[in-house]
Amino acid sequence: MKKLLFVAVFTLTVALSYAGGYRVALQGQRGLAMGHTGVAYVNSAELAFFNPAGLVYLENRLNVSAGMSAVFSDVTWQNEMFGQSSQTESGFGTPFYLYGSYAATDWLSLGLAVYTPYGSSVEWPTDWAGSHLVNDIDLEAIYIQPMVSIKLSDKFSIGGGPIFVTGSVNFNRNANRTSTDIDGNRSNITIDDSGVTNWGWSLGALFSPTEDFRIGAHYRSEIILDSEDGEATFSNFTNNSGSPIVVNPTTVIPSNGTTGFKASLPLPAELTVGLSYTFCDKWTFNFDLSRTFWDVYENLDISFDNGLESINPRNYKNSSVYKFGMQYVANEMFTLRGGFYIDESPVQGGYFAPETPRNDANGFTGGLSVNVSEKFAIDASFLYLRFEEVNASYDYYQENGQNVPFGGTYKSSAFIPGLGVTYKM
Amino acid sequence: MKNYIKYMALAAVVLTACEPELDNPIDEVGFYTTGEVDLSNYVAVGNSLTAGYADGALYLTGQKNSYPNIMAGQFALAGGGEFPQPLVNDNFGGLLAGGEQITENRFVLAVGEDGNPGPARLAGMPTTEISNTLTGPFNNMGVPGAKSFHLVAENYGNIAGVSTGAANPYFARFASSPSATVIQDAVAQNPSFFSLWIGNNDILSFATSGGIGVDQTGNLDPSTYGSNDITDPNVFASVYSQMVGALSASATGGILVNIPDITTIPYFTTVPYNAVPLDAATAAGTNQAYASYNGAIAQYGALGLISAEEAAARRINFQAGQNAVVILDESLSPLVNPADGSQIPLLRQATADDLLVLTSSSVIGTLADPSDPTSVLGVGAPLSDQYVLTTDEQAMVSAAQTAYNATISALAAANDLILINAEAALRQVFNGGIAYDGGVLTSVFATGGAFSLDGVHPTERGYAYIANLMIKAINDKYNATIPVVNIGNYNTITVSNDVN
Repeated sequence: MKKLLFVAVFTLTVALSYAGGYRVALQGQRGLAMGHTGVAYVNSAELAFFNPAGLVYLENRLNVSAGMSAVFSDVTWQNEMFGQSSQTESGFGTPFYLYGSYAATDWLSLGLAVYTPYGSSVEWPTDWAGSHLVNDIDLEAIYIQPMVSIKLSDKFSIGGGPIFVTGSVNFNRNANRTSTDIDGNRSNITIDDSGVTNWGWSLGALFSPTEDFRIGAHYRSEIILDSEDGEATFSNFTNNSGSPIVVNPTTVIPSNGTTGFKASLPLPAELTVGLSYTFCDKWTFNFDLSRTFWDVYENLDISFDNGLESINPRNYKNSSVYKFGMQYVANEMFTLRGGFYIDESPVQGGYFAPETPRNDANGFTGGLSVNVSEKFAIDASFLYLRFEEVNASYDYYQENGQNVPFGGTYKSSAFIPGLGVTYKM
Repeated sequence: MKNYIKYMALAAVVLTACEPELDNPIDEVGFYTTGEVDLSNYVAVGNSLTAGYADGALYLTGQKNSYPNIMAGQFALAGGGEFPQPLVNDNFGGLLAGGEQITENRFVLAVGEDGNPGPARLAGMPTTEISNTLTGPFNNMGVPGAKSFHLVAENYGNIAGVSTGAANPYFARFASSPSATVIQDAVAQNPSFFSLWIGNNDILSFATSGGIGVDQTGNLDPSTYGSNDITDPNVFASVYSQMVGALSASATGGILVNIPDITTIPYFTTVPYNAVPLDAATAAGTNQAYASYNGAIAQYGALGLISAEEAAARRINFQAGQNAVVILDESLSPLVNPADGSQIPLLRQATADDLLVLTSSSVIGTLADPSDPTSVLGVGAPLSDQYVLTTDEQAMVSAAQTAYNATISALAAANDLILINAEAALRQVFNGGIAYDGGVLTSVFATGGAFSLDGVHPTERGYAYIANLMIKAINDKYNATIPVVNIGNYNTITVSNDVN
């Protein structure tokens, strides 16, 4: 029991993982508990996400993993110069995953994965100081991926498959810093679209010099979501005429009502390489390095069918996540895990927009599996994401052709407990 | 299992501890300080500028962005108190008395069918009934229309006097009793801090009416003044000093604000003196019509009945291009036509030194007599006195303003109060403007951002600029650390085609 307590404390203090931008790195409770590692960790159907090449090494014929996380995240902001402060409504999101694999032969496994690697849910108080950039945003993307895993030799396997993505977005912000209707209610625009689909793919490879030491790599392709059938709702403008009031070329008051819009949001490619080493029977160490190719996210431009457009440079840079995880098999019933990761933000200086207020972070993770029976286990994990306080600004919002920076001091945190099940037979 | 529960409890503690907290949160007591002054009970006294009046009316969002309310909002960050204001009912801005509308709705910028934007009154029935009196006290004691001596006048808030002009409909809504004076109601709140900005209307009503009133300098009895008259500087000094004394009694500090120069506000700077474009043929025809008048003036000049300068000034001459408007100037020498004994009209063309008021833009070029196509106002027919503030009239305004400001400066120094030099501040807005994060705040009508569509009162952004001047002055004088506001976050004018 003493030993168990020790490990529990270890997991509480050493656990660390999530990821920059609107990446939501919560794709498996076992991997997450170990710092969201797993590209070379052959343990469960979570491999369908981390590296399809590993599925073929699973001992059982049928493997299923499913789970869900509850994301409690908060961001607080203040601007000392003007005495402004704000805090996001406690965000609550529920990313989920469902993985299954079936060993067709000893050299071929088939798999299916459903997961939510990208998304964002941020809700600032309506009309807060940065409301011209965002009031609230809810972004979701569900990946559905059939796959094959093929053992090419005893020591080498590959796996992958096509990805079908369906996404949705709801984004509200004020038209600018000042426009209101006659009664002072701030003019605002909501864009809403769902069922935005596209295709991508992923491919992984696993090299296993021994059963206890493996090296893996996995690449997931970039997927662009082009929103074309959504609806934009203009509210609280002083114009109900159905057509814009043109005061002068730079001052146009759009009419309240709905119109179409077009926008593109990239879901960037990600490459992960890593290793997994099992020692002293009961201990496993994982290290993964993930590189997310965020440079595809150059801007978030929205063109409305009523002729208006919204230009929002983002200019993200590629970023890396360094992830470490440990596992200890305490006894037949309990397996304990802990991890840590260092998450680089893809946001460059001057582009810190409050709809994804993410700076560099340290992730502390922990968790355990409880083997209820030989076939069935319950997996729990938690992630505490610790951000440094940061002075940052978004400098590319424009009024009258002039950049108007919005900035201050931000501090974020996220606490994410998760629960899942593993079934094998 | 017990241990499991223990760990869950521990996790819950960790979870609540995970709320992000900044190292130096601004909402912590002591982050912002008021220094050596007590801002817990700020009372603002003044006229429409203090009330938050804009766009030719007092409406809700204007009041919420009055400079005293903006200041009180920032004071609250350093522990300042509540700041109740006598809010009107709506954003139309008009007042009702017994169900009848007695003041007009606010201006909005409407785009006409010709595509040209211009100010127009917002359509709709206002709901602010002045007989529905409010229960105070109110920290914002700004009363639109008040002159200096009104603040110490009994019955200024007596609703019975509103219809005759003896009382003020805005003050009638929130006076503590019909006979109470504005200053009594202010002092009764024992302000810990005050601001006083009064005296603008003592010259402004004369100026905006094109000088149709009387300069009452020398007349020490304000009860005999007309509404468009200039207040005698000694009357001003007397009531102003009385008010400063009364407000200072309980206060740990205060602000006195001086009177801006009317020549820096768009009501007087927007309409050019030479607003009439003519082609050569029309100019020649118009000159023909003035030929006998010009001949007569030349003769009076030759006879020495008027000076050569006056004769030159009174000669009317149009040419192709932009032409100065023809105005009626009561300061010209009266001349009688010896043939029939009639008065020679007191006409001259405006010069760059004359100020055409904003409302002249809607009459210049229209016909004085719809059946007479030659009676174009400003060309064939003169603009009447109310549309032009002549140089003589400007001199009267300027003399009174200078005297008032000398009084204000002296009283600020004598009572160790902050002097806000609004005259210099608004001159800077007029000459070059004030840079802010989204552009430059200027006095250009409708587009400059500082002045609302009545051409006299600031926009919310203009008021925010004034609030910042005061906050900075408080910080300097009392070693306080009140944060300023970002004026870019404050609205300017409102566009709407929902107009009468």
